[in-house]
Amino acid sequence: MTATQERTLPSVASVCRTRAGVELKEFFRQRESVVFTLMFPVILLLVFGAVLDYDLGSGISFTQYFMAGVIAAGILGASLQNMAISIATERSDGTLKGLSGTPMPKSAFFVGKVVQVLVVTVAIVAILLAIGALFYDIDLPSGTDWLTFAWVAALGSAACTLLGIAISSLARNGRSASATVTPVALVLQFISGVFFQFSEVPTWLQTVAALFPLKWMAQGLRSVFLPDALAAQEPAGHWELGRVALVLGIWCVVGLVLCVRTFRWQDRGDG
Amino acid sequence: MTPVTVGGGAHWTAVSSPTAVPATSTAPRPDTPLDPDAAISVRGLVRRYGQFTAVDGLDLDIHRGEIFALLGPNGAGKTTTVEICEGFRRRDAGEVRVLGTDPATGGRRWKGQLGIVLQSGAGDSQLTCGELLRAQASYYPDPRDPDEVLELVGLTEKAGVRGRALSGGQRRRLDVALGIVGRPTLLFLDEPTTGFDPEARRQFWSLIRSLRDLGTTMLLTTHYLDEAEALADRVGVIARGRLVEVAVPSALGGRGSAPAVVSWTEDGVRRTQDTQTPTALVAELAGRLGGEVPDLAVARPTLEDVYLRMIGDPA
Repeated sequence: MTATQERTLPSVASVCRTRAGVELKEFFRQRESVVFTLMFPVILLLVFGAVLDYDLGSGISFTQYFMAGVIAAGILGASLQNMAISIATERSDGTLKGLSGTPMPKSAFFVGKVVQVLVVTVAIVAILLAIGALFYDIDLPSGTDWLTFAWVAALGSAACTLLGIAISSLARNGRSASATVTPVALVLQFISGVFFQFSEVPTWLQTVAALFPLKWMAQGLRSVFLPDALAAQEPAGHWELGRVALVLGIWCVVGLVLCVRTFRWQDRGDG
Repeated sequence: MTPVTVGGGAHWTAVSSPTAVPATSTAPRPDTPLDPDAAISVRGLVRRYGQFTAVDGLDLDIHRGEIFALLGPNGAGKTTTVEICEGFRRRDAGEVRVLGTDPATGGRRWKGQLGIVLQSGAGDSQLTCGELLRAQASYYPDPRDPDEVLELVGLTEKAGVRGRALSGGQRRRLDVALGIVGRPTLLFLDEPTTGFDPEARRQFWSLIRSLRDLGTTMLLTTHYLDEAEALADRVGVIARGRLVEVAVPSALGGRGSAPAVVSWTEDGVRRTQDTQTPTALVAELAGRLGGEVPDLAVARPTLEDVYLRMIGDPA
């Protein structure tokens, strides 16, 4: 016992490394998560690229437009859907309760989750870009477009990760989280300019979509993949990058507040 | 309802040895102060869930180095009490100290001295047993060697198998391994052997005894009376949210001094008689019936008898 008290606790950094390794193994070894989160956007790209390869005008193919949307949808899946479902599952099966009874620093748990989202997001984006460039002749971003790509992806991913963690606390278990989040994500994809051009979505649905982060991620990424001439088709007639940053930033703050206020390590009524 | 599982009858009715019948102790009185040297000290603990009072003024002291078994039917307040001590649940009233710290405020250093085996167990994992133990060990200041812990719980051959692929009994052993890998001073075991076959339970018991020899204090909740009798230094019986008695297993419910029941057959009729002096009665019967007494049996109340009587008592 005296030995225990003399020894120092492991550093937060070392536990963060452990947690990052645990989270990556948990993700990549689970067939469901790899198929739904990682492969689903890839399948979408392959199918839409093959079926809807029409010209948008100015020599731009729909696939070039879809590239922005499918990357936004991929980020949504890797962050919001992934976090909501996996954390709800871990809460209902007792994993979180078990961890909270150990001296693991709570922050290390969230660092592990963030690393998982980051790695999965980078993997999805890299695969999508590679397939787009190899099979669909997608024009890859150049110059400062990469910078825009990076901040839109990072800010969108952060907002959606926080929201996903917050949503996990609403669900009874992983299955109910999946049943709730998956259809909502699908509807958001339909009205946020992922599967169709946003300009074809009815105005009132455009307004609904504008309340959520996906529409702004997709719009920000369109500014990366499409020539500025096509900005005229956007609701405001330009890319509105300032507003993209503002809305995603607001969702980060809202998500963080919700996380801090609602996060539970145990099932409801179990404390 | 609680399944009350009992071992072999002969074991249970064995007459206590005349030398070692320690006095029955009771739960600490509510007006005594918290014991600062105890591993766990609880006074006046209350926890309500809506209208239901799960724990209703419970007092308890668990000494350092002992194995304490908490017995009681489902809904008696066992898990609520244990999980308040572990820091998982809040309390409505009362004082609690676990290794000198209030569990409601216990930090990393405090948690580093505990080992917790939850009733619900750990979840499905894609990690192997070895990976799970190494990860768990990395949270503690002075962990045991994960491979040695796997050996201790008999999972060495499963080191490379994923947590979710284990059988029920193997999972429970993994739970125990995760609970002890941090080299706890105090180990909580909430129904650790549920789902074990008799062989696995015997192995688990010897593991618990070897941990005791290393000085680990243990709070064990169980449905199995033979488990409590085999492992525990003291047993506490919890009913309707209160500790109704604390005693060494052989003395629980006055078992050590309860009258013996002598039964035999005489003139074709089955007879029984309660007596404090069974030897004299048997000698008298032998004389009267001329040698071998037909169908003679001498029995003491079993742990199950006294347990059922205690938890069945209306409040």
